Amino acid sequence: MIGYYLNLALRSLKRNKVLTALMVLAIAVGIGASMTTLTVLHVLSGDPLPGKSGELYYPQIDPQDARGMMPGTMPPEQVTLIDGTNLLRARQADRQALMAGGAVPIQPDASALDPFYVEARYTTADFFAMFDVPFLYGHGWTGIDDEAHVRDVVIARELNEKLFKGADSVGRTLRIGGTMFRIAGVLDSWRPNPHFYDLTTGSYNYYEQAFLPLQTALELRFAKNGSNDCWGNGTGGVVGGAYPSATCVWLQFWVELDSPARAAAYRQFLVRYSEEQKALGRFQRAPNVQLRNLMQWLDHNGVVPSDVRLQAWLAFGFLLVCLVNTVGLMLAKFLRRSGELGVRRALGASRRALLAQLLIESAVVGTAGGIGGLLLAFFGLWLVRHRSSDYAALVHLDAAMLLVTFALAISASLLAGLLPAWRASKVAPALQLKSN
Amino acid sequence: MELRPILSTLRRHRIPALLLVLEIALTCAIVCNAVFLISQRLQRTQMASGVAESELVQIQLAAIGKPADAKARAQEDLALLRQLPGVTAAALVSQVPFTNSSSNTGIKLDPAQKLPTLNATMYMGEGLIGTYGVRLVAGRDFQADEYLDFDAMKSDPNLQSKVGSVIVTQALGERLWPGQSPLGKNIYLGETSVRVIGVVQALIRPSLFMGDDAAQWTMIFPLRMSAASASRYVLRTASGQREAVLEGAAKALRKADPHRIILEKKTLDDIRREFFRNDRAMAGILVGVIIALLVVTALGIVGLASFWVAQRRRTIGVRRALGATRRNILNYFQTENFLLATIGIALGMVLAYGINLFLMTHYELPRLPPIYFPVGAVVLWLIGQAAVLGPALRAAAVPPVVATRSV
Repeated sequence: MIGYYLNLALRSLKRNKVLTALMVLAIAVGIGASMTTLTVLHVLSGDPLPGKSGELYYPQIDPQDARGMMPGTMPPEQVTLIDGTNLLRARQADRQALMAGGAVPIQPDASALDPFYVEARYTTADFFAMFDVPFLYGHGWTGIDDEAHVRDVVIARELNEKLFKGADSVGRTLRIGGTMFRIAGVLDSWRPNPHFYDLTTGSYNYYEQAFLPLQTALELRFAKNGSNDCWGNGTGGVVGGAYPSATCVWLQFWVELDSPARAAAYRQFLVRYSEEQKALGRFQRAPNVQLRNLMQWLDHNGVVPSDVRLQAWLAFGFLLVCLVNTVGLMLAKFLRRSGELGVRRALGASRRALLAQLLIESAVVGTAGGIGGLLLAFFGLWLVRHRSSDYAALVHLDAAMLLVTFALAISASLLAGLLPAWRASKVAPALQLKSN
Repeated sequence: MELRPILSTLRRHRIPALLLVLEIALTCAIVCNAVFLISQRLQRTQMASGVAESELVQIQLAAIGKPADAKARAQEDLALLRQLPGVTAAALVSQVPFTNSSSNTGIKLDPAQKLPTLNATMYMGEGLIGTYGVRLVAGRDFQADEYLDFDAMKSDPNLQSKVGSVIVTQALGERLWPGQSPLGKNIYLGETSVRVIGVVQALIRPSLFMGDDAAQWTMIFPLRMSAASASRYVLRTASGQREAVLEGAAKALRKADPHRIILEKKTLDDIRREFFRNDRAMAGILVGVIIALLVVTALGIVGLASFWVAQRRRTIGVRRALGATRRNILNYFQTENFLLATIGIALGMVLAYGINLFLMTHYELPRLPPIYFPVGAVVLWLIGQAAVLGPALRAAAVPPVVATRSV
């Protein structure tokens, strides 16, 4: 039966090519526009570490002084060096890493290359295991190395290409800011988007090329990037070589906790830690603790640009107009065939059979519109990629979005066909035959 | 033109008529808001900086290792830069408009205040006002002996209280002391107080991270930067010589001290263009959506009108046989479209207002100016009339003899 209806649908669509083309075009344009923006939204609000993000948490505590305190305010978005180090050494989580962003001068031995700056991350040993960072050669350093201020560095694949033409450089030395470092490992391509572990350096398209032990970087007074937030007499340390003072938050601290029970226990630990610090006189405020997991943290920071959300709204408004348009055109098409439908009714086709026939015709239009929409979405994404914005280069259509495109196109066209098909199938057999 | 026959026909084709009205209403609402968004975005890219942008270039350096004497390094660099042909002024500044790095602080009007009044940005650098070309509208610029070394001040809290004076923007003065002259007033930063000695017309906060409303909350301090505490040299030159000056400056700076890397050398025009690129991209997308929407709507009108004309061929033939002229038939379809468009537009205006309210609460957009309503209406009327013209002409061409044939 379906084959026959399909045949009828194709015949009918061929009969009025202009109207058919208009319908397909309307759906295609609507689908194309909404899929383009949905894909951008999907890519930007995606999970940077699928499968792992639920176990990663960002603890926040409140070390600020009592001045300007208001109930209900959030604790600072980063930690001080003292608190970060205390929490790191307490080892209350499965894994923990304290980090800050920076930039370091790389001084290649080869005279062919001028010295250049790269973005760097100063962090502690667990960073690599915690964030599932892939290694091409070698591995990271250990917690003991952290305490020993070891001169080890892990470099990104790109930097390895540039310096060593992609060869296994583990064990070789590299001069960074006047100090010799040993290359402990080379990362495989690793570009988490958004740059979740430190949002202060920009959320998208920010990648570090060198990873150094935090204590080593601090000892060598390497320059830091990112923001700092101070209170009391704290200063941000703009003067060369100085870091923000003790009353400034400027580092990020992450922990890995493999179960909700562990997370609850860790929250208790943070409260206890705050109370202890208050008893010692370092903290002045009552414990004000937050423990968000990775996705909650991204959500809290509103990482997805509001422009992208606005575009998605706009595209759906656009799809709505295209749908209303298609409903009108289908209505015109189906009602025009009242005569033919009347004959089918008179020959014994049930109303339900007519409805099925017309809906299959809508689905054919929807499929054609979906294919057209997909092509337009590819074009739209190509346009987005060639635009100059922070996230432009990241936007690609994946398999899931491909399926969504077709599901959206076919369900939209079926929805658009529903009213016209129902209206046309109500045709009274005798009346139509008579008037003709 | 008699409206009654049109209305009675439309009553019999209620669903298609309703769909057309709905489509026009949605298009009207979306287009009004999208055009408004575009104008907002384009206006944003024109935001005033207060500096002589077309005459400025910036060159940013980073030292490898620590310079032996950061203070002397800066003075030597500046002397070199000022000697370059075409350079009329040079300064080492703490921050530059339309870049993403800025230093900001909470300020108070009374030291006993618990919370700061607002957060303002801090510009520092010797000769900053003259080099940037910022216009002084009241009071005076800093005198040479007023400047303190930033590095010394940072490491010695006692020196902080010696920074006695500050220059503010008009916008900041008006926000802090509405209706009064800011000259002679005191601002408190933490424990120390500074006195306003001058007012400049405008100087934009870099990065705009506090939002566009706080863009002009700016203070300038009499502090001298060193090669350790600042990395951006700003040079003023004739606009035609900017590229040449940038090249010359880069070469001279590298030659004076090879132990450093030039991170960025750009004209301020380029820096501004890059800063607002997301706004321009958004405006471009909106233009695309508006065009596509209007085309789809016009095609929808063409489709439905063609259907109606085909359906009513016989009625038209009868009317023609009974003496209606071609013009009568043409007018009939045009008036019908005008009627539907009017209802759609009226509905669309209400919807546009609703969407605007939504955007105002969620995306901090201002209210839609009333001028958008009549302009939007005229545009949609014109599109409706243009779209219906083809089918209506086809209807007018139906010969009277059709009345005598049965389909």
